[in-house]
Amino acid sequence: MMKISPKTATLLVLTALVAITPFFFPSGYYYRVGALIFVNGLAVTGIVILTGYAGQISLGHAGFAGIGGYACALAPVHWGIHPALAVVLGAAISAGLAYLVGRPILRLKGYYLGVATLGFGILVSMVLNNERDLTRGPDGIEVPELGLRAVLKDWGLNLSNGEFWYYFCGLFLIVGAWIALNLHSSPAGRALRALHGSEVAARTVGIDVPRMKLQAFVISAVYASVSGSLLALQNKFITPDVAGFMHSIEMVTMAVLGGVGSVLGAIFGAGILTLLPQVLTVFAEYEQMVLGLVMVLVMIFLREGLLPSILRRLRGRGE
Amino acid sequence: MKKTLTTTALGLLAALGATAAMADIKIGASVSATGPAAFLGDPEAKTLEMLVEETNAAGGINGEKVVLVLYDDGGDPNKARTFATRLVEDDEVVAIVGGTTTGTSMSILSVTEDAEVPFVSLAGAIDIIQPVKPFTFKTPHTDRMACQKIFEDMQKRGFTKVGLISGTDGFGASMQAQCKDVVSDYGIEIVADETYDPKDSDMTAQLTKIRNAEGIQAVLNPGFGQGPSIVTRNYKQLGIELPFYQSHGVASAGFIELAGVEAAEGVRLPGNALLIPELLADGDVQKPIVTAYKAAYEAKTGQPVGTFGGYAHDGWHLVTDAIKRAGSAEPQAIRDALEATSGLAGTTGIYSMSAEDHLGLDLSAFRMLEIRDGKWALVE
Repeated sequence: MMKISPKTATLLVLTALVAITPFFFPSGYYYRVGALIFVNGLAVTGIVILTGYAGQISLGHAGFAGIGGYACALAPVHWGIHPALAVVLGAAISAGLAYLVGRPILRLKGYYLGVATLGFGILVSMVLNNERDLTRGPDGIEVPELGLRAVLKDWGLNLSNGEFWYYFCGLFLIVGAWIALNLHSSPAGRALRALHGSEVAARTVGIDVPRMKLQAFVISAVYASVSGSLLALQNKFITPDVAGFMHSIEMVTMAVLGGVGSVLGAIFGAGILTLLPQVLTVFAEYEQMVLGLVMVLVMIFLREGLLPSILRRLRGRGE
Repeated sequence: MKKTLTTTALGLLAALGATAAMADIKIGASVSATGPAAFLGDPEAKTLEMLVEETNAAGGINGEKVVLVLYDDGGDPNKARTFATRLVEDDEVVAIVGGTTTGTSMSILSVTEDAEVPFVSLAGAIDIIQPVKPFTFKTPHTDRMACQKIFEDMQKRGFTKVGLISGTDGFGASMQAQCKDVVSDYGIEIVADETYDPKDSDMTAQLTKIRNAEGIQAVLNPGFGQGPSIVTRNYKQLGIELPFYQSHGVASAGFIELAGVEAAEGVRLPGNALLIPELLADGDVQKPIVTAYKAAYEAKTGQPVGTFGGYAHDGWHLVTDAIKRAGSAEPQAIRDALEATSGLAGTTGIYSMSAEDHLGLDLSAFRMLEIRDGKWALVE
């Protein structure tokens, strides 16, 4: 029997989850929650590359999500670009900005890096809030329809809005995870993990540390940007909140909670933190408290994150 | 591994479904009871919770019990959209009241328009109902109407040259634009137009500039939060004698307190009936409604009643009144009845909707008030 590599296994599990769970959905609302999990999962996969692989911290990734989201809102209206191309444009702008900003910022380490990226995120959010003539300010702006659902309908595939976004975002997540997993075992991925372990040691074996860090930063920025675009297109409305500080923190929290070193773990974290507020509506007032408590407990008892720790326990018991 | 994950996911999904309960008439709400807009959303949530009890105590609607499904979106438009989807798809409500902020309202309405469920928004922006969307209605009057009310009063007093000092926050900027748009209808000219950041602690520079504008006869301050109280204090400190107008954004007792009784003396602003139940004439149709709401709300929560809770009050009554008149709890029938609402008195004004007007208020919803000795007085 052929041995299945961890990469294939992860992709299989993800695909199975995306494809099978809808059979258990009691109503259309669950497609919406699923799509949100996938969008967050995509952004968090970018965090895995930056933080899990390369060991760099960013507290400003929502800034890139904001750029991706507003690209979809503004480019079609101002330049007549198709919303699908606007996703690419947003990703390109995010990559370019990440490259420019990342060069000086990534020379910083630890919490200095965290604060510098935080500053970047806040800047983006301020621009979106204050450039009222362009972005319509804090009240937000409408995003044009992607139109893909209508095309699919012409081809005979009639999906509801919720179903469409569920499968569409699911597809993006699987592709995103596939790229991240490929990166993991590629030379570039090994270099990233090496510099995570020790920058000095990585340098002595000939790794161009600043360049590799910059690469990881740019790639993860593209992930965040695409997730922002998907969110905007799905909601057909976007406000500067998408670039807000809380959204940045949310991304990091999801990754760390689920397990920042593993793609599946981080997506699992995104799933839990997206589901919790929906489950906790009964005691909405305590939602933040429960989230905080879960976070503290995970950090104390399951330091690698939920999924890797659980898997290790399960494996340990099996042997 | 696959199995573990699937079971976990299913467990969570089951927990999600468990909150749905059986009911006769289900009305949904998503308001921002927490987060940055909590000062608006919290009274709205409390009002809705109070009103559903009241409605059921009075025998429900058409003999059927009403259930309120209330979610807190924390002011996050993304969450608001999720909750709107949940209300429509999972809880299967027949109408939604809510959307505390413009952003959350815009998110909710794109869901409700798709699902063809009537939605009564509690947010200010005119974009929500213009262009008219078949299933979207709203209760608060618009900035534009506040501008018109103020300019109407200025016109009556014979002013033709006025100065504007506006906050740069969402409220201030939007009202500034609307005021500039309608000012010429009243034969008034804006001779000074200054702005301040809502976090500024001193606006004397801008006010000095305004005072020196040639021929200026009155000043208007579109703003929200603490900015207008600082402007009012600076206005007094500079000894400016020109008549001073504030917006409906500060129509609360808190404003007089912050600005100080002395500085606030003589300030005029458009407010609604809820601020002055005891000043209303005995024949006023709004009088019994605002008096009853004020008494009930204050008894229940121990907090002073405010304009925003009043929006939720009106939203609830618009929907329940529509269900009563329609004699049916079908979303389409409720929508048709909502659009046919005529002469329904609420706390904000008297609503008469039509196919072209999904707000249904006119300028009479605003009362021109003047602050005298730290109290509201009606200007006739």
